[in-house]
Amino acid sequence: MIRLDGVVKRYGRTRIGPVDLKLPAGGIVALVGPNGAGKSTVLTMIGRLLTPDEGTITVDGIDVHRARSTEVARTVSILRQENHFVTRLTVRQLVGFGRYPYSAGRLTAHDEEKISEAIDLLDLGDLEQRFLDHLSGGQRQRAYVAMVLAQDTDYLLLDEPLNNLDAEHSVQMMATLRRAADALGRTVVIVLHDINFAAAYSDYIVAMDAGTVAVHGPPDMIIRDDVLTRVFRTPVTVVDSPSGRFAVYHRPPDAGPRSAAPPPKEKP
Amino acid sequence: MLADAPSLVPARSATPRAHHRRFRLLTAALVAAALLVTALLLGWDNRFEPFSDRWWRISSMRTSTIAVIALVTFCQAFATVAFQTVTHNRILTPSIMGFESLYVLVQTTVVFVFGATSVVGLEPTARFVVQSAAMVAFAVVLYSWLLSGRLGNLHVMLLVGIVLGAGMGSASSFLQQLLDPSEFDVLRARLFGSIGNANTDFLWIVVPVCAATGAAIWMISRRLDVLALGSDLSTNLGLRHRRQVMLVLTLVSVLMAMSTSLVGPMTFLGFLSATLAYSLTDTHEHRRVLPVAWLVGFVTLATAYLLLRHVFALVDTVSIVVELIGGALFLAVIFRKGRL
Repeated sequence: MIRLDGVVKRYGRTRIGPVDLKLPAGGIVALVGPNGAGKSTVLTMIGRLLTPDEGTITVDGIDVHRARSTEVARTVSILRQENHFVTRLTVRQLVGFGRYPYSAGRLTAHDEEKISEAIDLLDLGDLEQRFLDHLSGGQRQRAYVAMVLAQDTDYLLLDEPLNNLDAEHSVQMMATLRRAADALGRTVVIVLHDINFAAAYSDYIVAMDAGTVAVHGPPDMIIRDDVLTRVFRTPVTVVDSPSGRFAVYHRPPDAGPRSAAPPPKEKP
Repeated sequence: MLADAPSLVPARSATPRAHHRRFRLLTAALVAAALLVTALLLGWDNRFEPFSDRWWRISSMRTSTIAVIALVTFCQAFATVAFQTVTHNRILTPSIMGFESLYVLVQTTVVFVFGATSVVGLEPTARFVVQSAAMVAFAVVLYSWLLSGRLGNLHVMLLVGIVLGAGMGSASSFLQQLLDPSEFDVLRARLFGSIGNANTDFLWIVVPVCAATGAAIWMISRRLDVLALGSDLSTNLGLRHRRQVMLVLTLVSVLMAMSTSLVGPMTFLGFLSATLAYSLTDTHEHRRVLPVAWLVGFVTLATAYLLLRHVFALVDTVSIVVELIGGALFLAVIFRKGRL
């Protein structure tokens, strides 16, 4: 279980928190909310990349900001959107770094097995000897996710893992995370921009607004007209689609008739 | 071709097999080149019968020069590679950021404030240790602030570092102008070492300090591999990033103090070693880059010394020539990449 008690982070005059939250272990937890709501801040604080000004955060009973760093690294792993990448590093070597908390750089046969598993799970087998700087942004993103999977932690935190990914790879990524949660028993906490991915894949949703948790609960409780309209401050209609509930907000009714835009002029 | 050869490398391993072979060849070639140039340095223009008593007498006088070259290239190579890793760039080096100007400034300030007599009065060994310690302490404070990321991007850091380096250089020359000539002489004797005329009085301190510092860098070299991934990923993998960076910067400062105390500033030697080592080894692994950087630096500096000392008889220009090569490479790299 991830537990936040009175967690506050201040950026000048803006303040994130106080956040009190208990996230259940198992499954996919999605953090959603408008820009600047503090989703990424909360996630990076749980992943101890950012130190809160007040409050404590425990993951499975371990205080992530005070426990030994290696111990934390075997319990929770975090991946941010932007990663400084080293040139002349192959995909397999990068994924191998995920084993650092266990082997401190000397890979054992067991480590190699875990690395292969993570690479196969993200379908990177053909790319494993390629250098990172020769990959597309989306392939590189998958390589980093494979690295944190190889880290073999019960808790996996990902900050917008769908950035840089097209529709096909977004769906694949979410399916992979679903597999990690179901088959491997990991708890995956992700920041998502697209509320519909959260609706389609998550077991629990935390909606944040203006630095605090607006509402949290299972998707059925969150994916509703009134809740989403309030949290995202824009009219949202939830419709039943073949793949479950779907939030429609892209063109609110008061945006005017579709034909209001002048038709494109034909060139002579 | 290799299918039936016994191999220690598992089928799906982190490093392709061809890489292992290439690395071994490269190291062997560099070691051979280093041995060759060392032998040439010892034996060139030595008119006595090889390995006779007299021959050895001439050669042993040259061994201290070889030791100095080995030490300086060791310090510069290890310091630069480690520094570039924790600062996440392949352009900045401790020298370019003014580590050595800091050393000169500390030396000058000590003579200026306490006078040459008190410095001479202090036991030379104690003085050397105190001054090196002062430089290391200042360097750690100054550069950990500069590299803390508060200044934002690389360009700002580079700018501030170069301005600081130039500023410290100017401050040193200003203080030197105010010294009286006899004190200046004392200072000058201490500061302006060169490859051919190094301060070898303290080799017995410098050698163990370099060995210990180098061993420390070698022992944390796998950690350096992780630190190169950046602050977020190395924290995620269980390293306390800030503490590790401070540790590395301290080790770098010690090596730079040792190098500068021997031969004075060498701005581009470290850059030359590190850049060539990275392009030759084509890897991120510090266990490979570090020794290759040292060997490359040694071969370059020793060859330059051999040519200038024994072939062209222009010994005082050794550092100038090496700096010229290094500076040209620096410009070439920047032009080729088109950015920092």
